Amino acid sequence: MSGTFLGLPAFPEAAAAAVQDERLRANLRHATGTIRAKRARAVAELADWAELRAAAKAVKDRTLDRLDHYLVRLEQNVTAAGGQVHWAADAEEANRIVTGLVRATGEREVVKVKSMATQEIGLNEALAEAGIRAYETDLAELIVQLGNDRPSHILVPAIHRNRGEIRDIFADRMADLGRPAPEGLTDEPAELAEAARLHLREKFLRAKVAVSGANFMIAETGTLVVVESEGNGRMCLTLPRTLISVVGIEKVLPTWRDLEIFLQLLPRSATAERMNPYTSLWTGTHADGPDGDGPEEFHLVLLDNGRTDVLADRTGRQALRCIRCSACLNVCPVYERAGGHAYGSVYPGPIGAILTPQLRGTETPLDASLPYASSLCGACYEVCPVAIDIPEVLVHLRERVADGPRHRLARAAAAAAAYVLDHPGLLRAAERAAARTRRLHPRRLPGPGRAWTDTRELPAVPPEPFRDWWRRNRG
Amino acid sequence: MNPDSPTGGSRELVLSRIRAALGRAATTPADRPEDGNGPADDSAVPRDYLRSHVPADDPDALLDLLHRNLVDYRALVHRCTPAELPDLIGALLDARGARTVAVPPGLPPAWTAAVRAEALANDGPGGPLTAARLDGVDSVLTGCALAIAETGTLVLDAGPGQGRRLLTLVPDHHICVVRAPGQVVASVPLALPRLDPARPQTWISGPSATSDIELTRVEGVHGPRTLEVVLVRD
Repeated sequence: MSGTFLGLPAFPEAAAAAVQDERLRANLRHATGTIRAKRARAVAELADWAELRAAAKAVKDRTLDRLDHYLVRLEQNVTAAGGQVHWAADAEEANRIVTGLVRATGEREVVKVKSMATQEIGLNEALAEAGIRAYETDLAELIVQLGNDRPSHILVPAIHRNRGEIRDIFADRMADLGRPAPEGLTDEPAELAEAARLHLREKFLRAKVAVSGANFMIAETGTLVVVESEGNGRMCLTLPRTLISVVGIEKVLPTWRDLEIFLQLLPRSATAERMNPYTSLWTGTHADGPDGDGPEEFHLVLLDNGRTDVLADRTGRQALRCIRCSACLNVCPVYERAGGHAYGSVYPGPIGAILTPQLRGTETPLDASLPYASSLCGACYEVCPVAIDIPEVLVHLRERVADGPRHRLARAAAAAAAYVLDHPGLLRAAERAAARTRRLHPRRLPGPGRAWTDTRELPAVPPEPFRDWWRRNRG
Repeated sequence: MNPDSPTGGSRELVLSRIRAALGRAATTPADRPEDGNGPADDSAVPRDYLRSHVPADDPDALLDLLHRNLVDYRALVHRCTPAELPDLIGALLDARGARTVAVPPGLPPAWTAAVRAEALANDGPGGPLTAARLDGVDSVLTGCALAIAETGTLVLDAGPGQGRRLLTLVPDHHICVVRAPGQVVASVPLALPRLDPARPQTWISGPSATSDIELTRVEGVHGPRTLEVVLVRD
């Protein structure tokens, strides 16, 4: 994944710093609190939400189970409709393919639609090394790019910034990359949006190459789907001559009809809207004829980059069902307090805690600590529109980490303990759970802990946590 | 890139990794009964969700629901009869102060009968309506392929009276005419079978908006900041 995140501290250290940042916590509390309530209302409008969720899960599972077949079918249909399909085994190959395609056009700049896949592979940095400038056009991505910042949320990468900070970034930095911010810019969201409109319009009108991701790819028809709000996606997908879409192999859906499920689930889960303002669907190229439309050249880069490793894990593979809606971030008590940067990956929050260690492995202290970045409260599973059992995968990955070198287990366990000890509510819950299950506790630890109990008795858990006893008798 | 596959890159490598991860040599014939582009095997997916959340056979109720949902996402909604349509369109453009309006091929001529703004077409005397040229055009007038009542969505598919995708993107003011009951469907599941995947589509639900500042929706970024919808009851 992106080199931007290399060398970052493990989750507990990063989270410990983040929770001290009052402004960050206030920004996150405000934003996630707002969206939580709205999402619940949007979901409650659909009496068949549970059935849609079950269908989405089944479609994704069926697709993953025959992924080779659906990708080949997609390739056939994209090609038949005038597109070109490329396959990238890893980030380096994907960057090489995209850089080569941009170079072949002779252009030195590209406009970009927000895309998790291109962030994951560090495409902007790779293009910059090749002398190609990539302009992010999503408002939040623009804020991150202008502020030399890192994204902290899947849907709203600048969620850690409030309107005042955004105003300052625009006023200070827009002039360096093009049209400056208007004189006297205030922190009114409408004015900030207007500043972005003016700044980016000249770039849209002159851009010859665009890079995008996609939310869905339909194997049956070769259609790609991009779901967005602002219209920057439409600009990138229709105005330039060449369009390059970099998409993870797990984004394929078998049939056109499957969209009836996902176009109901995604907007309500992501932005709590019945439908997002703009959805673009295209199949190959549509540029022929006097009223031909959109790019003359379309390239689809299918990205593996660790996804097949995830697929090989029967428990972990459900993470590949993810449609990147961010609902799990918005309900997560750990995310709300620690913020997205602490996860050290473009995929923060609960989904990041299970996706990043599977995509990157658990070799670094950061990646090994991510499965512990959770209180296992289960709110993420409850809101997930494709029913990813995130707590199940977290526990599974903790086992994987624990099966690694013992020192790493000790470090991760200590880190988790430190985190829990810093959070009295979590500690209380853990103590009560331990007390309630005490007759199930073994005398010796199973698995990697066995060596430790070879020479020691495992201490008995008291029937009642001390703090409860204290409260009852002295409180 | 893989020299064996000048554009394909690591095609075989990725496919073999997938097969290894799934624990089998390759997709078996039983896994792909369609064997090409026939209907996909749908047996494993429970589709017991609703086809629509409101009765699909009550056109007046659907039109009202569409109206409410469009308004909810800040579209300006007008209603009229077919006979009133030309004057209404003319009045909307006048009220906006539009001097120029882009029109797609195949737009019913009656729709522009009372338009005082200069109507610009792609094959008109001023040359093609490029993005740069459209950037200076005040308004655009189109029809649509269909509208979805439950979500307040207009679907454009570049068909007659709709034109290229950039037409409804670059000007800041879009007037879209929806003919009821013929073009109004209840729900997303009822919309998709009526749409042709081979056509480029834009689904529009309200004017351009963003939730990127503190996760609060603000109207107006890159697409038309004013969306006016005319619901015509045939």
